[in-house]
Amino acid sequence: MTSSKDNLDLRRVGYDGSGQTPRSGSFLLEDDTGRVASSKEKDLVMASIRQARKEDPWVKKLEWSLVDPATDEFTRLVSEHPDPAGNFIHVKEGAKVKFPAQSCFLLKSQRQEQVLHNIIVLEPGSELHLITGCTAASYENAGRHIAVTEVFVREGATLTYTMVHDWAPEVEVRPRTGIAVESGGTYISNYIALTRVKRIDTDPLATVESGGTARFNSIIYAKEGAHFDVGGRVRLVGPDARGEIVSRVVATKSTVISRGLIEGKNAGTKGHMECNGIILDDEAVIHAIPELKATYPETELSHEAAVGKIAGEQINYLMSRGLAEDEARALIIRGFLDVKIEGLPGSLQKVIDTMIEQAMAKEAI
Amino acid sequence: MSAEPLLDIRGLSVGIDGNPLLSEIDMTVLPGEIHVIFGPNGSGKSTLIKAIMGLPPYRVTSGEIRFEGESIIDLPIDERARLGIGLAFQQPPTVRDVSLSALGKAMKLDDNRLAEAADSLGIAGHLDRGLNDGFSGGEQKRSELLQLLLQRPKLVLLDEPESGVDVDSLKLLRGVIERLFQRDLPIRERTVGGIIVTHTGTILEHLHATRGYVLVNGRLMCSGAPLDIFDQISKNGFVDCIAAARIKEKIHDFLEG
Repeated sequence: MTSSKDNLDLRRVGYDGSGQTPRSGSFLLEDDTGRVASSKEKDLVMASIRQARKEDPWVKKLEWSLVDPATDEFTRLVSEHPDPAGNFIHVKEGAKVKFPAQSCFLLKSQRQEQVLHNIIVLEPGSELHLITGCTAASYENAGRHIAVTEVFVREGATLTYTMVHDWAPEVEVRPRTGIAVESGGTYISNYIALTRVKRIDTDPLATVESGGTARFNSIIYAKEGAHFDVGGRVRLVGPDARGEIVSRVVATKSTVISRGLIEGKNAGTKGHMECNGIILDDEAVIHAIPELKATYPETELSHEAAVGKIAGEQINYLMSRGLAEDEARALIIRGFLDVKIEGLPGSLQKVIDTMIEQAMAKEAI
Repeated sequence: MSAEPLLDIRGLSVGIDGNPLLSEIDMTVLPGEIHVIFGPNGSGKSTLIKAIMGLPPYRVTSGEIRFEGESIIDLPIDERARLGIGLAFQQPPTVRDVSLSALGKAMKLDDNRLAEAADSLGIAGHLDRGLNDGFSGGEQKRSELLQLLLQRPKLVLLDEPESGVDVDSLKLLRGVIERLFQRDLPIRERTVGGIIVTHTGTILEHLHATRGYVLVNGRLMCSGAPLDIFDQISKNGFVDCIAAARIKEKIHDFLEG
């Protein structure tokens, strides 16, 4: 089992191994080894993908149906792995899982390479809040986390997927994610990365059928030396499908490429994108690349983007209330990152709020 | 009443990038006193208030500003605020990412005190909105005075507190300003003093301000009883003071050779 010190760390990414926080199921992977795979709900399966591959042939058939193994060197690396680790999460038809399920991917050893393939399936009409924390056991750890994740949100199902990354300055992270949202389904992704990391690149693609919704929210505080290339793509293929991509980025001595692509491909589809960034110094780069693509006349797509430094008059104003310059700056940054996410239960919003507070305290600006 | 001035300004000149905006201002504010500055647009009223608060881009080119006997010219804005100087901005900036509640927490204020004060000013519904984000003119003024009520400054600086405010709000704001200046206490017990910049004078009812001035072209002119000065401005505008300022400038130029 993990030590109490690790547990303390894991709580910072939303994983509570102590049992104090109500959770419907748990999955914990240390390096390449599964440590916890358990569910308190009969309609929720939290299992190792290795086990699921052996026991449920239909799971194996789902693998590589949403992500092309030839996409890049990292998907190839996963596809060529004889038996990648990962989780299999399955919610049965109509089950509305009350408490969040939690999963955690921990890089415990030095220079470890995690190669993962995750499958998440929500059967028709089911609901799940999933929180996934990815972290390194030590701030000194170097390593790579390479993960293919395929998410199936069946008809009328709802998944909120909150992912927290809290890595270390020498860790590289390459998630590759495909999401299929069927008719009337809802997929809400909340991605939070607030602490130091070497490189993260990810570009998840959601395909949304009729009346379905996909929303990507990203909250990123890029610290010294980090390179983020992150975003989301939403293909609105069915009539009346909805897509939204919202990102809040703060960058200091780092580079953030914030991408977004929404494609309207059918009648009544609507998509909106917002990229907002605060750049803290002249060694930081924020490159917002919002893209809209309409291939059908009756689609409504829009975007807004604003990137800039904190206005001096705002700092002076807060200073005139007695706050020191650093306090004023931190207050503005905290408020900027404090996005209230629609559809998220209060308990998960609290987890996010706490993480923002802790990240701000961990590495003073 | 203490004899030591709260604010003592001597020979103060202020400019931006070498352009003079205020010249040789002398002013002393004792505890309990309210000084009122009238003047046409662009005469430097707001500049004086902002220079006392230490806001950029205004630079003191000569002279002295002392607060409770100590020079504050080299102090940053926040230190001046922590000493007890509070400013209600005429046009506060929008700070979308910081709410009044969040600012209150950062100022280490009690939540209940903040909520009660907001309620008394009729802006309890604005506590979780970004500062001044979409606030009407009147709401901005209420929010500014709310922040001052919580800050409890010894020296209150009000920059056009009544501009853009409807009649109902004006009554409410007047009550708050009276509280800020401790008008509920006997004169001898008042410790708060300040400066009000105004161009209408309607805010002055019941305040019993100590002294009024007209600021013309960066110079303080025509000092006297505030309501007398206001009456004179109401009848003749600033013409008399502008004429006096011209004479003063000519004398100054003559003496400077």
